[in-house]
Amino acid sequence: MLSKLRLGRMAVILVPMLWLAAFFFIPFLVVFKISLAEAMIAVPPYSPLLQWDSSNAYLTFKVTFGNYLYLFESRFYLDAYLSSLKIAAISTFFALLIGFPIAYLIARSRPTMRTILLALVILPFWTSFLLRVYAWMALLKKNGLVNDFLLATGIIDQPIQILQTDFAVYLGIVYTYLPFMILPLYTTLEKMDLNLLDAAQDLGAKPYQSFFLVTLPLAKPGIIAGCLLVFIPAVGEYVIPALLGGSDTLMIGRVLWDEFFLNRDWPLASAVAVVMLIVLVGPIMFMRNSNKEAE
Amino acid sequence: MSAFPNTSTVQTQSVPTWRQKDAKPFVQIEQITKQFGQFTAVNSVSLDIYRNELFCLLGGSGSGKSTLLRMLAGFEEPTSGRILIDGVDMTGIPPWERPVNMMFQSYALFPHLSVEANVAFGLKREGLKSAEVNKRVAEILGMVQLGHLAKRKPHMLSGGQRQRVALARSLVKRPKLLLLDEPLGALDKKLREETQFELMRLQDELGITFIVVTHDQEEAMTLATRIGVMNNGDIVQTAEPHEVYEYPQNRFVAEFIGNVNLFDGTVMDEERDSTTIRSSDIDGLLKVDHGISGAPNQNVSVAIRPEKIRISREPIDLAVNATTGVISDVAYMGSQSIFKVRLNSGKEIRITQPNVSREMGNRLTWEDRVFLSWGADSCVVLVA
Repeated sequence: MLSKLRLGRMAVILVPMLWLAAFFFIPFLVVFKISLAEAMIAVPPYSPLLQWDSSNAYLTFKVTFGNYLYLFESRFYLDAYLSSLKIAAISTFFALLIGFPIAYLIARSRPTMRTILLALVILPFWTSFLLRVYAWMALLKKNGLVNDFLLATGIIDQPIQILQTDFAVYLGIVYTYLPFMILPLYTTLEKMDLNLLDAAQDLGAKPYQSFFLVTLPLAKPGIIAGCLLVFIPAVGEYVIPALLGGSDTLMIGRVLWDEFFLNRDWPLASAVAVVMLIVLVGPIMFMRNSNKEAE
Repeated sequence: MSAFPNTSTVQTQSVPTWRQKDAKPFVQIEQITKQFGQFTAVNSVSLDIYRNELFCLLGGSGSGKSTLLRMLAGFEEPTSGRILIDGVDMTGIPPWERPVNMMFQSYALFPHLSVEANVAFGLKREGLKSAEVNKRVAEILGMVQLGHLAKRKPHMLSGGQRQRVALARSLVKRPKLLLLDEPLGALDKKLREETQFELMRLQDELGITFIVVTHDQEEAMTLATRIGVMNNGDIVQTAEPHEVYEYPQNRFVAEFIGNVNLFDGTVMDEERDSTTIRSSDIDGLLKVDHGISGAPNQNVSVAIRPEKIRISREPIDLAVNATTGVISDVAYMGSQSIFKVRLNSGKEIRITQPNVSREMGNRLTWEDRVFLSWGADSCVVLVA
């Protein structure tokens, strides 16, 4: 009986485990393997890990850490990582700043209104992400809607460069990932017992004090989850910096793309990807720990 | 803890403040009305509460008692009327500036803060030095016997412990007035009784005026110096517990507090200190030892508590305040028995008798014909 029960449990866990293995772990191993190879003009464009020389009966096992060394020696890649982290961090900060009041408002509105507002938050997902970024290009370009509006109202007297600046990248990332910030924040704020705010005021806390001493600490799990959901994909973002950013907008996603498709240097691109994953393990572990603490 | 509450304070004061003619009320509620849209939650309530009282607002759900409490705390602004606390008009004064603290029904303990930090929360808002804060937190936690749990988070405490943290948190600021919303509602029966006495002890020691909201009439009876019974946004009677029980002013109070038998009848004759009423319910006359200053032939109800009716198999020869019936149901409760008696009119009434004897042999039982009687001083005439 016991073994049957355990078998059942194993089977339940097995499905997601297999899924993760097939679509995450094995591809990661493949990428990791390629990162240890040398680039060469061939199909596929890298040196094999194992090679069998039948005439001499040699089995060659060739591994190089040259790609990683190159990453750390070259200032360019380090700058790309740092710039990505900076852009992701600033975008996350603004997404939090904008997302928190929205989530708060939704959580405090009447239940019928709540459903409508939540639907509005999710609504943009019905349009393709790529199309929405293209739409921003149309809005931000020299003779786009934003410039036209600013000219018409007399705020500026000649069109300004918005597209192909870092500002456009921030705008694009905040716009795209805002729902991922709002939803976890909403969930924690909605669960909050409103009597706690009454209690805080009753004990002498002014409204801003009860916000900082009660609402904000209780929203912490939502803030952490929302920030990670924005920060992690933003670090590796490719489409937004490529379409909205300028030639000097340095982000690791773009570097990766260029190495892969322009330079056809698969091993170096793979090394870039592996290092990025390792960099992102840090914040993921942070989330795990803070969740444990909350429990 | 003593098994008997310390009620001596009330008795040693020669006359309680609320009975003194010229006493100055501590809390004055003047013509307070609160409307939510079309719904009137509190309807022109006026009430005076005196220093050191433990006043109970008693009523069912939707009676307006919680809304009244929330207006005292400042969470709701009255639609009209005003509240004065210690002579100061509270209109427009936000909760964080009122000399009032509240203990919430759900306790509303901050889940992210330890017991200590929960209790210190209010003191820190006053800008006290941390040494003073720590001293007072330790003092109050000792008072509610929670000193050893100071570092725990609320979710690691039992229901009774949480209740005491909530109490400590609301007392530590030494408010002039403490509001308690169903303070014992979430506790089990045994703990509730213990805590009742604990509350009375603390109130007595600290000399803070308490206003307690409850739907539990026994709780109100035990705790209160006076009870304000609420129904549909009105206060229908304000009186000391025994008065509310023995001299209800209207049908609602008589039926809401304890059990009561009501006989409908018509006033036959009325003098200054007696009233005679003919009731078809008992097929006879009721004589009550007080006047009612109402019109003759007026329709009234007469209330008699179940424990005030004598029940016997022996016929009684009385012209008034007596009737006869058949026992339709018996419930043995240990210390007492409850009998349901069907009168000749078809009306069923309730009688409780203490089980003085241990013998079961001669007990009244189903289908016995019994004779009932009661004293003229046991009846209350209800006009409303």
